[in-house]
Amino acid sequence: MIRRMLVLLAAAALLLAACQSPAAEQPTETRRLTIMGHDSIEVSEEVIDAFEAEHNAEVSILKAGDTGTALNKAILAKDNPLADVFYGVDNTFLSRALNEGIFEPYASPLLEVIPDTFELDPQRRTLPVDYGDVCLNYDRAYFEVQGLNPPHNLADLLKPEYEGMVVVENPATSSPGLAFLLATIGYFGEDGYLDFWKGMVDNDVLVVNDWETAYYSEFNAHGGTRPIVVSYGSSPPAEVYFAEEPLEEPPTGVISEDGSCFRQIEFVGILKGTPNRDLAEAWIDFMLSPTFQEDMPLNMFVFPVNPQAKLPEVFAEHMVIPESTAQVDPQAIEANREAWIEAWTETVLR
Amino acid sequence: MDRDRSALASASPAPASAGDAARRSGLISLAWLWILPLTFLAVFYLYPLASILRLSFARAEAGALAPLLETITSPLAAKVVGFTFYQATLSTLLTLLVGLPGAYLLARYRFRGKSLLRALTGVPFVMPTLVVAAAFNALLGPRGWVNLALMELLGLSAPPIQFTNTLGAILVAHVFYNTTIVLRLVGDFWAHLDPHLTGAARTLGAGPWRALREVTLPLLSPAIAAASLLVFLFDFTSFGVILILGGPKFATLEVEIYYQTVSLFNLPVAATLALIQLLFTFLLTALYTRLTLRISRPMRLRAASFTERPLVPWRRRFTASLLILLLVVFLLTPLLALAARSFTRFGPAPRGQEVRQGFTLENYSQLSEDPQGSLFYVPPTAAIRNSLAYASLTVLLALGVGLPAAYALARDSGSRLNRLLDPLLMLPLGTSAVTLGLGFIVALDQPPLDLRASPILVPIAHTLVAFPFVVRSLTPALRSIHPRLRQAAATLGANPRQALLFIDLPLVGRALLVAAVFAFTISMGEFGATALIARPEFPTVPLAIYRYLSRPGAINFGQAMALSTILMVITGAGMLGIERFRIAEVGEF
Repeated sequence: MIRRMLVLLAAAALLLAACQSPAAEQPTETRRLTIMGHDSIEVSEEVIDAFEAEHNAEVSILKAGDTGTALNKAILAKDNPLADVFYGVDNTFLSRALNEGIFEPYASPLLEVIPDTFELDPQRRTLPVDYGDVCLNYDRAYFEVQGLNPPHNLADLLKPEYEGMVVVENPATSSPGLAFLLATIGYFGEDGYLDFWKGMVDNDVLVVNDWETAYYSEFNAHGGTRPIVVSYGSSPPAEVYFAEEPLEEPPTGVISEDGSCFRQIEFVGILKGTPNRDLAEAWIDFMLSPTFQEDMPLNMFVFPVNPQAKLPEVFAEHMVIPESTAQVDPQAIEANREAWIEAWTETVLR
Repeated sequence: MDRDRSALASASPAPASAGDAARRSGLISLAWLWILPLTFLAVFYLYPLASILRLSFARAEAGALAPLLETITSPLAAKVVGFTFYQATLSTLLTLLVGLPGAYLLARYRFRGKSLLRALTGVPFVMPTLVVAAAFNALLGPRGWVNLALMELLGLSAPPIQFTNTLGAILVAHVFYNTTIVLRLVGDFWAHLDPHLTGAARTLGAGPWRALREVTLPLLSPAIAAASLLVFLFDFTSFGVILILGGPKFATLEVEIYYQTVSLFNLPVAATLALIQLLFTFLLTALYTRLTLRISRPMRLRAASFTERPLVPWRRRFTASLLILLLVVFLLTPLLALAARSFTRFGPAPRGQEVRQGFTLENYSQLSEDPQGSLFYVPPTAAIRNSLAYASLTVLLALGVGLPAAYALARDSGSRLNRLLDPLLMLPLGTSAVTLGLGFIVALDQPPLDLRASPILVPIAHTLVAFPFVVRSLTPALRSIHPRLRQAAATLGANPRQALLFIDLPLVGRALLVAAVFAFTISMGEFGATALIARPEFPTVPLAIYRYLSRPGAINFGQAMALSTILMVITGAGMLGIERFRIAEVGEF
C-alpha cells in the first residue's frame, strides 16, 4: 500500500511539474505578457500565435471569475499587480475601476478609427474593445403560432396580451439583469422606471437569478414556457451558429426599438506599475486591430468597435444592431447602483 | 508524515495505569501530530482570511467598528441569518430522514449490486449546481416530463407543479446532494457495530424498536452527529442551490456576502457577514465537540462481512426493495433525466416546424470539435485528465493533513488543546468562497508563496473543503478503537509501529477509504472556488461544462448535458474503483 501511495505521489508530482514546465524552457529573450480578465474571454489560438511570433512574447491569460469578481481582484492586487493588462471591465463597472486608480493612460493610435461614442474615459486609461446589447429576445415560433405580434419596445410589455410572458434576471446577481434594469432607467427615466416595474409585476413578470436559468429553463425556445427573455442582441445569430440542425434564419427575434436595449461596452487598460509597458501597449494596439477584432464575434459573441473589422457571415446576416440604445452615465451607475437595485428589489420582489 | 507516525506510535503502548510521565509524553506527541495540519491551515486558510478581513475593515471610512455594528444590528442581517438557519435545519432533518433508513440497509444487509448502489448514491455530490438545476428542470420544470405527463393525464392547460423559485426546490436539492454524507458516515459506522448487542437486548425482552432506540441509536450517535454537522454546515453555507433553484426571493448569508462583495464592492459589510457566518460555524462545531465527548465510547467493532445478513425472509426483502427503489428514484431520476436529455434533440426547430424531440449522438460527437480553434477549448479527455489530476492531489493532501489531525483528536479528545482546535478545523466549511478567493489574492503574493496564478492553488482550495470531511470520517472510527486492543498487541510483543499497522490501520481502513472518497468527489465536483483560481489552460470538467452553458444555442446546452453525463460516469467509476481498492488492499478484518 505504501509503495502504491509513493507511485501515486510521484505521478502527481510529475503531473504538477508538467503543468509548470513550459515557462522554464523558453529562450531568455522571450518576454511574458499576462492579461487578466473575466471568465468569458475566448480567443482563437492562431490569433494569439500571431501576436506572440511578432513580438517574441508569450501571452498568458488569467481568468479571474465574473466581471465584478475579476475587477475586485485587480483592485485588491493593485500594489502588486497580477498582470500587465486588464480586459473586460464594462461601462457598468467602469467608474469603480477608474476611482480605484488601477490603470495607466495610453493613447493608442488606433483610437482614431474608433467612433467617439465608445470612448468613455477622456484620459484614456480604459480603451473600448467591443460592445454588445442587452435586449429582450422573443421566440418567433410562439408568436407566429399564436397569431400575435411581438412587442416593439419596453412600454409594449405592459399590455395585457403579454401577461405572463416575460422572464428577466435579478440585477443584484446577474450582469444582463443589471443591464436590463439600466435599460428601463434609461428608457423611462429615474422617475418612471419603478412605475414600469410595478406594471411588470402586475403583468406577472418572472424573475430568476441567472441568465442560464432564464434562457435554458424558462425561455419558451428552450426548456420553458415564457416566450420573452432578457438576453443579448447577439443571441439570435448564436442560435443559428450553434443550432442542432441547420437553420435558415434565427428562431428568436430581438425587441430593440426606441432605445429598449442597454449597450455594454467592454474596455481594456494597462495595469499601473507593469514592467512591460511597451509590450502592453503593443497588445492593446493588437486588440484594437482588425485581426483581433474580427476574431471576437464568433468567440465571445460581442461586436468589434473598430469599423474596419469585417463581421462573420452569420452575424452580418442575422444580427440586430439597435439604432439607439438606453443611455445611463457610468458615474451615475456607480453612484446609484445600490440604491437602484434596492428600490427595484423593494418593488419587484417584496 | 513518517515522523508524525513514529511520534504518535511512541505514545500508543502506554498502559492506562502509567502515571504522569505517560500523560506528558502523550501531550508531546499530540503537539507533534498537530504541526502538519495546523501549518497547512495557518498558511492556506487563516493567513489569507485574516488578510482579507483586515483589508476589508481598513476600507471602511468611519473606522472598522461602524460597519460591524451597523450590519449586525440591521434588520436585513437578522432576516438573512434567520432564513439561513431555518432552511439549513429543515434540510438537515429531511436529509437524515432519507439517509438513515438507507444507511441501515447498506450497513446490515447483503444484496446484489450493493457496491454499485453505494457508488451511485454518491454521484449527486459532485454535480455542479447549474447542472443539477437543469436536471431538475428536465424533470419538474414547466416543460419537464412530470409536468407534461400530469397535464396529459389530468387534462390541464398549465403545468401543475411549480418547482424553481420555491423553498421546496431548495430542500429537495439539499437532500439530493447530501444524503450520501449520511449514507457513508453513518452507514459505514453501522456496518461495524456488533449485532450481538442488539441481539442481547432482544433476548432480554426488548422489541425491535426499543432495541433500536435504546441500543443501536445511542451507539451510532457519534456518527449521526458527525454527519448532521457536515450536512448542516453544507446547507448553512449553501450558495448555488439557493441562487439558482431558490431564486431571488431567498438569500442566505453566503448569497448576501457574494452580493455585497461582487456587485457592490462593499467589503466592510461583506467582511462583517463573513465573520457572522464563521462565528456560527465555530459555535456549532464547539457544541458538536462537547456533545460527542459525552456520547462516544470505545466499543468492539466487527467486520462488515460479519455483520451483514442476507435479505430473508421475503417480507424483509420486500421492505428493503421498496426502500432501495425509493432511494434510487429520488437520487437517480434527476441524473437519468439529465443523461436522457444529453441524447435528445430539443432545440428550436426551423421555422414553421414543431419542436422535434429525437435521439441524437451529436452532443457527444461535437464535444471533440472546436470550429473556432479557441485557445481555451479543451477536448473532454483533457478536462477529465485535469479533474482526475486535481482530485488525486486533493486526496493525497487531504489524507496527509487530515489523518494526523484525526488521530490527535481521537487520542485525547478531552484535552483543552483538542477542544479548542476541533472547531477550528471545521471553519473552512463555514467560509465564503468569494471571501477566501480574494484572501488568496491579497495574502499569497510574495515568494516563496506567490501562488496567486499557480495551478497548485486548486488542489489546495479543494483540500480546505475536503479536510474537515476527512477528519469527521476518521475521528469516530479512531475513537472507537478500544485501547485494550493496542495494549494486548503490545503485550504480545508488537512494537508501536506494528500496533499501528496491524491494529489501527485495518480497523480504520474503511473509514480511511470513506475519507478518500469524500476528498475525491469534493474535488471532482467543486466549482465555485475553482472558477476563481483555475488557470484557463487546465480547466476541470465542471468548468468546461459551465463554458458551454454560458453561451446561447441548442448545441451548447446539449454539450453541457453530455459533458455532465460523462462527469457522472467518471465519478461513479472512480468511486467503484476506490471500493475495489478497499477489498484488495486494506481488506476486511
